[in-house]
Amino acid sequence: MPVKLPTPNFQISHHTLENGLRVVISPDRSAPVVGIAVLYDVGFRSEPEGRTGFAHLFEHLMFQGSVTLEKLEHFRYVESSGGMFNGSTHFDYTNYFEALPSNALERGLFLEADRMRGPRITEENLANQLDVVKNEIRVNVLNTPYGGFPWLYLPAVLFDTFANSHNGYGDFADLESATTEDARDFFQRYYAPGNAVLAVVGDVDVEATVAMIEKHFASIRKRRAPKRPDFGEPGLSAERHDTHDDPHAPIPAVAIGYRVPDPVGRLDDLLATQLLVEVLGEGDASRLQRRLVQQDGLVTDIAAYVGEFGDPFDERDPTALTISAHYPPGSKLKKILRAIDEELARVAEDGLESGELDRVRARQASVLVRDLDAVISRALEFAKFELLHGRAELIAELPARLAAVTDDDVRKAAAELRPENRAVLELVAGGAK
Amino acid sequence: MTATVPALTEPRAPRKLRSTDAVLDNGLTVVAVRKPGVPLVEVRLRMPFLSKKPAHPGQAGLLAETILTGAGGLDRAELAARIQALGGHLSAGVDADRLVITGNVLATNLRRLLDVVASVLVEPAYNKADVTTERSRLVEKLTVARARPGVVANEALAVRMFGDHPYARDLAQPDAVAAVKPTHLRALHAAQVVPQDAVLVLVGDLTPARMVEHARAALAGWTGTSADSKVPALPEPPGGAVQIIDRSGSVQSTLRMARLGLTRTDPDYPALHLANLIFGGYFTSRWTENLREDKGYTYGPHSRIEHHVLGSTLSLSMEMQSEVTGPALLETLYELGRITSLPVTAAEVTAVQQYAVGILSLSTATQAGLASTLSGLFPFGLGLDWIAALPALLRQATVEDVSAVAARFFGPAGFTSVIVGDAASITRPLAALVPVES
Repeated sequence: MPVKLPTPNFQISHHTLENGLRVVISPDRSAPVVGIAVLYDVGFRSEPEGRTGFAHLFEHLMFQGSVTLEKLEHFRYVESSGGMFNGSTHFDYTNYFEALPSNALERGLFLEADRMRGPRITEENLANQLDVVKNEIRVNVLNTPYGGFPWLYLPAVLFDTFANSHNGYGDFADLESATTEDARDFFQRYYAPGNAVLAVVGDVDVEATVAMIEKHFASIRKRRAPKRPDFGEPGLSAERHDTHDDPHAPIPAVAIGYRVPDPVGRLDDLLATQLLVEVLGEGDASRLQRRLVQQDGLVTDIAAYVGEFGDPFDERDPTALTISAHYPPGSKLKKILRAIDEELARVAEDGLESGELDRVRARQASVLVRDLDAVISRALEFAKFELLHGRAELIAELPARLAAVTDDDVRKAAAELRPENRAVLELVAGGAK
Repeated sequence: MTATVPALTEPRAPRKLRSTDAVLDNGLTVVAVRKPGVPLVEVRLRMPFLSKKPAHPGQAGLLAETILTGAGGLDRAELAARIQALGGHLSAGVDADRLVITGNVLATNLRRLLDVVASVLVEPAYNKADVTTERSRLVEKLTVARARPGVVANEALAVRMFGDHPYARDLAQPDAVAAVKPTHLRALHAAQVVPQDAVLVLVGDLTPARMVEHARAALAGWTGTSADSKVPALPEPPGGAVQIIDRSGSVQSTLRMARLGLTRTDPDYPALHLANLIFGGYFTSRWTENLREDKGYTYGPHSRIEHHVLGSTLSLSMEMQSEVTGPALLETLYELGRITSLPVTAAEVTAVQQYAVGILSLSTATQAGLASTLSGLFPFGLGLDWIAALPALLRQATVEDVSAVAARFFGPAGFTSVIVGDAASITRPLAALVPVES
């Protein structure tokens, strides 16, 4: 039964301030809440050598007070307005956001403008947030099984340049050597208004919001936005292999990274690849689940995704398709790889089963709209599409673009996943009993 | 605070949601709420799953892993393909209180998804091959879970608090899972996967009447009554010495402290909710500002009130660098003592009142958030009315109310505590502060 793909209908308006700040506003008066997101065009890839983890450490410093606000005031203003906040650092960008009751809209805009004007970078704040970040890395990586696997370690095998291959959380030695001067330079260089996108979504009036944005952001001095380098790399010529020791892991795991097309320049190829990973790994009907989990019992679980964090639209070129699995100590990695290769070959050579592409596409389209239900998620997505893909509107066009992907496109995407185009990272289970 | 920060404007009241509650002939309650936004419907089917039988956690754990592995003549892959084709998703999860089937689907396909749900409820397969596969996987997943320090600490704390009560045996043991056979699953399904006392929550872009009609048509053939499951009341947790559980070489210590709290319908609950926020329940809390933003001992301490069918708990959790385990406990005891002994301030109460009201509105502003909230409230006889009434109750709580309830609940001696960490290095600094045992 063919399913009509849901097509979201959003009202989106664009503005650009004199200082270069790009603004996206999308009203939705259905609930008295608003989402505000600011994305800066800098992520792990722009960190200088010797300063791994700096983009994320700097993200923490952006919460430590600003031109007008003392330390702790940012948190207190957001939360005592009935809102929540956060920020996160990605390969190609860093985001800051608030979800607020709509009567706090202007306050939220002020808070973002105040830190775009300048964070309070002090020795004390840097030392404190260095401790916090090291504890973040301990809890998420060092003290837990499979911590950071594979996103912190697979890029080192799959890519060659420092920008693409280094650990985005950072080495402790690099983090400890960071200075307040590094932070001021980083802010000066990458946090220019012309290097950012602001998105406001929810219970707002567009004209009034534009006026508020002009009021709070327009006086931020214009600075030259840095020219972003092309981080692209030539493809692999031979299969790569490495191991990662995990002292806590009770059973082994593997991550297989494949280089895939430029997600921005070749979006339709990326969408075919995205539908391929759904065919391969999503749910009990998927190819790899059926073969490796249900039929052969080779792995405990297996997943396939595009983008280091599982979001195919989160990175510019280069990006990766990852297949990852945990497996019982009795399974042989060679057999697992062979089974995966056979399944990829089946798709590439025999194509898809009847109805397979339509059902995967139907699910993919409903996941897309479901992820846009919360106004703060919509603000983050609109800002991300505006920043990385040039147009927030593109997100609403994705169902139609997905509908245009053919069986043949998916077969071609599968044919690209050859052993010589991949890096295999084997996790050695140091915690096996 | 600085004068240039814009003031809040007049808040806009949320739109009233249209909803219908209905009890079907088979005893199933349906709660349907129209919430436009995206063209989907969120589905939560919640069934009571409490049991005192020792074999229950292993069987319930495996039932949740296998209930969707085939039904009504469809095998596992066919069933999953059917759901996917609807733009839908279903998953199952279990804990000591309940089994929940969670899903979502394109609104136009709700009826078809409910037909699939009905086949899972009425004609589940539990065939030998899938049960065998899932049994081995669950044993491995449990092994992986218990390699996480937080899981080790939570489990040890539950045992210390509740002894041999079912709440202490929530996470199944591998050998118990290994002993489960398809016949056990079919028997458990027949006894407890029944409509009586269950609730189906539907939230999304359809009229409530239409959603109830779909539920009635799809699920009429699901029958059965609950077996009388007598589970003992929760024992009073003993408090006492901090239990140290060795995880040699850990670079952090994992702290868990808990005690019984208040249920949502207790007249003092709004005040306790606010006191918890002030102590450690949001970022601006005293515990976070001190231990993270001043001392840098941790990425984030959290305190929370959790509501279980048999009672509510107030629990504290923190992961701190091993080297500062002693100082981090010292500061925690200080903050607990401070909120117990001295009144909170009016500014703190105003801030958490605003926060609690705002977060309630944000967390129920999405289809998924509202559906999960309603499904969690149902066993307590609460629903949309309670969500609508809570803001006024929170705003009525005074500084005196919050201070008084804090004095009752935050005294360090009232907590039962465990710390998982490198015993060789943390035992002495901890023993200098509090009684400890291993």
